[in-house]
Amino acid sequence: MIVLPLLKGLKLTLKRFLNPFSIITIQYPEKKREVSPRWRGIHYFAKDEKGETKCVACGLCQAVCPSNVITIEAAEEPGGTRYPKRFLINLTRCIFCGFCEEVCPKDAIKLGRNYEFVNYKRSDFILNKEDLLNYDLVKP
Amino acid sequence: MLFFVVETVIKTIVVFGVFLLFCAYLTLAERKILGHIQVRIGPNRVGPWGLLQPIADGLKALFKEEVVPERSDKVLFIIAPMISVSMALCLMAVIPFGDHITLFGKKINLVIANSEIGLLYLFAFASLADYGVVIGGWSSYNKYGLLGGLRAAAQMISYEIALGLSCVGVIMISGSLNLVDIVKAQAGGHWNVIYQPIAFIFYIICALAEINRTPFDMPEAESELACGYNIEYSSMKFSLFFVGEYAHLMIVAAVATTLFLGGWHGPYLPSVVWFLIKTFLIVFFFMWQRGTFPRLRYDRIMMLGWKVLLPLTLANIFVTGLVMVLAR
Repeated sequence: MIVLPLLKGLKLTLKRFLNPFSIITIQYPEKKREVSPRWRGIHYFAKDEKGETKCVACGLCQAVCPSNVITIEAAEEPGGTRYPKRFLINLTRCIFCGFCEEVCPKDAIKLGRNYEFVNYKRSDFILNKEDLLNYDLVKP
Repeated sequence: MLFFVVETVIKTIVVFGVFLLFCAYLTLAERKILGHIQVRIGPNRVGPWGLLQPIADGLKALFKEEVVPERSDKVLFIIAPMISVSMALCLMAVIPFGDHITLFGKKINLVIANSEIGLLYLFAFASLADYGVVIGGWSSYNKYGLLGGLRAAAQMISYEIALGLSCVGVIMISGSLNLVDIVKAQAGGHWNVIYQPIAFIFYIICALAEINRTPFDMPEAESELACGYNIEYSSMKFSLFFVGEYAHLMIVAAVATTLFLGGWHGPYLPSVVWFLIKTFLIVFFFMWQRGTFPRLRYDRIMMLGWKVLLPLTLANIFVTGLVMVLAR
């Protein structure tokens, strides 16, 4: 009575051991795991037709951000359109909640699908406007 | 005389080298087997199928910093891993790993020391190997290490008896303590496991407790003792404990093969191959059950040792003796 469950357990583990198709490991650097469609990764700027940022520096994302990650310095073009002179995202503090993406009236700031963002220096984790438009860097 | 010395030295070197190699690759085998049991792959980055992993591990351990705790008993702290590994390696001396072969017209027995008290020697040195664990845990001035050492001592005492008693039936049947004679008595398929099946099961259980493996790995219970007796050890001392543990694991399997599974006997294949096949089957079983069973509670282990295994092994001896007398 005591022995039977033990033998059952041994049978189960032997089955797992002998079945090579039961392995669920993903060989990471060669094969990457598919992230969910709603995945929130590294931020990037959506571009307009001129390849510039759609951002108008309204400051809503700065206001909504729960961890005070975003710093915006607005400026105005001669025609009266506003644009961000400086736009900084501090990724070391970001919690990837996606509020900035939700609140943006111009759909300018987006959270991409990239979850591999490694640097040697902390200062490299502060993304500026050019970084957010550089899709080779942020890999949206 | 000269031939005897040369023969023994060569046998010792070969057995020592091969044995250490096996021990190193047992670590890889264990990780692979546990990996597949847990639907993982196991190490596969260093070399093809991870075959160079033991070498990489050894090199890494060599280059690590060696820490000796300030308030530890330094002499004992340094000696403990040496005891653990050397006693385990000494055990290989009396294991007959094959039938005799003929080289240059001389008959060579494939056993280093054909001792008349082989089995007694085995038990004596197997108990000494546990002192490595006890002393290591005790001397390192760490409460977890101390608890691990205490548990090792308690477990050693309670399972050594049942381990010895489970082998008495075999001694009674073969009428000898000489391991070569015990193997020879099992020729022609008369394996002791057929006559002593219960003793074989008890031997396996006690052996698991003796070498501190799951489900009896009390001295190093990771979840409660944070690695137990070897918590303060680092670098090569730590890996010496590991080598000792795996050497002991293999010895225990080899003894089980010798006593119960007919040693080197088997058809067609050379005797050494048969011996290794049987030994590694038991080693595989040890790793397989490690991936299956959870650790027993400490008081349960003590209860199993004293209240279940001890009376049952004694009963087994009694029944064996009774049957032997009646059958005569």
